[in-house]
Amino acid sequence: MVRLPYLTALTTLLSYGILFVFGHLRDFFRKIFDWSKSNNLQGYAPICLGYEDFYTRRLYLRIQDCFGRPISSAPDSWFDVVERYSNDNNKTLHRTEKTTKCLNLGSYNYLGFAAADEYCTPRVIESLKQYSVSTCSTRVDGGTTKLHTELEELVARFVGKPAAVLFGMGYVTNSAIIPALIGKGGLIISDSLNHNSIVNGARGSGATVRVFQHNNAPHLEEVLREQIAHGQPRTHRPWKKIIVIIEGIYSMEGELCKLPEIIAVCKKYKVYTYLDEAHSIGAVGQTGRGVCELLGVDTADIDIMMGTFTKSFGSCGGYIAASKEIIQHLKRTCPAHLYATSMSPPAVQQVISAMKVILGEDGTNRGAKKLAQIRENSNFFRSELQKMGFEVLGDNDSPIMPIMLYNPAKIPAFSRECLHQNVAIVTVAFPATPLLLARARICISAAHSREDLIKALEVISKVGDLVGIKYFPVEPVKPNKVEHLKKIE
Amino acid sequence: MALAMVNVTASVLNWVSSYFDAPTRAVVFGVPIDGHLVVEALLVVVILFQLTRKSYKPPKKPLTEKEIDELCDDWVPEPLTPQITEDMTYEPPTLESAAGPHAIVNGKEVVNFASANYLGLVGNEKITDSCVGALEKYGVGSCGPRGFYGTIDVHLDCEQKIAKFLGTPDSILYSYGISTIFSVIPAFCKKGDIIVADEGVHWAVQNGLYLSRSTVVYFKHNDMKSLENKLEEVTRRSKHPEKVRRYIVVEAIYQNSGQIAPLDEIVRLKEKYRFRIILDESHSFGVLGNSGRGLADHCGVPIEKIDIITAGMGNALATDGGFCTGSVRVVDHQRLSSSGYVFSASLPPYLASAAIAAVDYLEENPSVLSKLRTNIATLFNELSDVPGLVLASHILSPIVFLKLKKSTGTGKTDIDLLDSIAKQALEEDSVLIATTKRSSLDKCKLPIGLRLFVSASHSESDLLKAAASLKRVAALLIS
Repeated sequence: MVRLPYLTALTTLLSYGILFVFGHLRDFFRKIFDWSKSNNLQGYAPICLGYEDFYTRRLYLRIQDCFGRPISSAPDSWFDVVERYSNDNNKTLHRTEKTTKCLNLGSYNYLGFAAADEYCTPRVIESLKQYSVSTCSTRVDGGTTKLHTELEELVARFVGKPAAVLFGMGYVTNSAIIPALIGKGGLIISDSLNHNSIVNGARGSGATVRVFQHNNAPHLEEVLREQIAHGQPRTHRPWKKIIVIIEGIYSMEGELCKLPEIIAVCKKYKVYTYLDEAHSIGAVGQTGRGVCELLGVDTADIDIMMGTFTKSFGSCGGYIAASKEIIQHLKRTCPAHLYATSMSPPAVQQVISAMKVILGEDGTNRGAKKLAQIRENSNFFRSELQKMGFEVLGDNDSPIMPIMLYNPAKIPAFSRECLHQNVAIVTVAFPATPLLLARARICISAAHSREDLIKALEVISKVGDLVGIKYFPVEPVKPNKVEHLKKIE
Repeated sequence: MALAMVNVTASVLNWVSSYFDAPTRAVVFGVPIDGHLVVEALLVVVILFQLTRKSYKPPKKPLTEKEIDELCDDWVPEPLTPQITEDMTYEPPTLESAAGPHAIVNGKEVVNFASANYLGLVGNEKITDSCVGALEKYGVGSCGPRGFYGTIDVHLDCEQKIAKFLGTPDSILYSYGISTIFSVIPAFCKKGDIIVADEGVHWAVQNGLYLSRSTVVYFKHNDMKSLENKLEEVTRRSKHPEKVRRYIVVEAIYQNSGQIAPLDEIVRLKEKYRFRIILDESHSFGVLGNSGRGLADHCGVPIEKIDIITAGMGNALATDGGFCTGSVRVVDHQRLSSSGYVFSASLPPYLASAAIAAVDYLEENPSVLSKLRTNIATLFNELSDVPGLVLASHILSPIVFLKLKKSTGTGKTDIDLLDSIAKQALEEDSVLIATTKRSSLDKCKLPIGLRLFVSASHSESDLLKAAASLKRVAALLIS
């Protein structure tokens, strides 16, 4: 939970207020100067009317160089960040040829499969030569290869469900599956901090959508009771079906979801559950099987489990794992399966090899070592940051660590200072987070060694002092207490 | 009797007025109290009394906990998915090699007409080499969205290459073919805007139109007269033309029918009624035009007149992903407000380098386009007299679409018939053909049929073999 000190809230609101006032002033002068210039739109409405893109023009463009930094090597634990310069005060940025080697604390590379791997890459190149880059066809026409069927069986075995189906992109998985499962007359109850792909899928399905407070099982129960008792809005007919959508690890908070309590509530009220394990599959759990393993929930209790291959497996694409009937139904109706190009065969081979490494089926124990490494790294880093006095969110064992910044001016300050010291950090502001709660988000990887983490901690501590974000300093042990004890003895 | 009533009433009135006009009876606190003041005081007291009483509302009886418990116990949800019957299980053919013009299915070599490999780039040496280089340098995935260190220099190079090839100022890459169009449309069209779209657009476009929450008007498939009528109607009804954005959404080559949109006509209408065009060129990029630059090149329309062009790269360019191009304003706007770009991981770098190599190949070998055109013409010729099936696509479209001359009754029996034709063609003649499959979520009402994707690397014997096989099987199965 975020503990926002009052003084910080006040200064943040004041900063945003000043920025808005200046933005409006500049808009006003821009309108006056443009009055004389001819309008070359000729009767077309402009692409953005009025204040629709106010935030982009006046706030985001000032700190544009903190986002979208291009890199020129693999997103491994150390990578090369391309330097950019601007001639017109950050409105447009141009690339240079120079690069700086920086420590990567921003990419989703939880198990270190991002760069060329000794087991995976030769097999990927072999599959590239055999199956070529793309099948140019949908899965149902002529785009299913042996690799796809092999991976579907492997994913089902890994996750612990009877069957699975693959898609070429994680975002499309959510947006196209939810409309296939539920339609008008159904109810979707989703966590208030769910990802944009789930929100889009829920909107596209036509069902009614209600939100429950983040990770709050009693509130979910309250919402369920009220909705079942009252039925559909205005007609009060009973709902056709109800699906509750939650995520394994929430990517902006780093928190694990309270899975056992939520599943208990869902079973009591006979509603279906949909778990999105985009960040947690492969990264948490004793053998990397996700939050179910970590929190001790039986996979048969969750109806549909979804995940992506981008984060822990170093590839691209998504999957859905559920019972055989649901998967067969999805293969017949889901538009992403029927109309979209099938996943690229080298990417499929990368996931197969990565899963084999994690399961230990490649003959070594690299998988177990990676899993132990990421757990150790996350816990070490988080406890050190908390000792330094930063406000760090997230649970133990989760590899995502947001550090709260709050003030809008601290976002570019923190990001640019860290880049000067060769540490690449990701900062997140509105609209991905609420307006007042800007943060810097750190993603730990199994490829980070202990020295890398210690260097990162030094740099973050120095920059944190400079920028002033150590909101909860730890009290040092008082010396006179020790004397008092000595006297009694 | 009446007189007595009148007398009684008069005497009562006299009595009342005597009290009213009575001289001052009492003096309270120096204020003389006349009779009428007492009546007025009583009236005020009565009014106050009524005001302070609660007004009559039917009592609200919220459900008690016990009643809610009973309702929750009684409620029975529908099963999550409907029952699967025997005939619904369909296993697509599994490839055991690359999806080139000849592929291996179930151990046998087949002629492959189910891959949209228009330029024959599947298995191309140069593309494979550039991919191997990219895999060794960058790994497979890009591990992050574009805003958070997921932008790799190959992405920026690919965007510039495509923009230079088409002649537009800038372009933007998406990580998946179908997510391109359903992210672009909601980024530009909001609630209150007006969109006029063709009724034969595919599911991804329909989803984008639904997510944008704008008013959508459909016109008859590829019918310019119908389009003009709809534009006229919409312009007449619109109240604030400067505040409402208006778009026409069409595809260059329609996936559901193989027709080609007449772009010069559409541009003329757009300029007359002040609409913007969103053109989806997934199947025409790299196919139409003298140099493969798409529909604008083919129709001789300058590329600046088309506002937004999107395309999926999973067809002619034999890679994956998509791009969108247009003016600088159009492309910049998407970098922050397009959900499929901002909230999703970026395209794997080896696919971007494959796209760069494919565009290079197209620039260096424009002769592959004429080979593709001759192949399409040959196949068109051969298939013009298949018993029971009629050609429904345009002669220049690389998607050759055959539909049933006469429907067999219901949609289901049509699908079964077409599926059995495709199955027999595969098993007996080793020709892999695709039938159109419609999802239950798809709102398109165009007829289904058989689709053959022609490639520039098909040889003449392949085309003749496919035509002969179709004629034989159709004669057997369509009575």
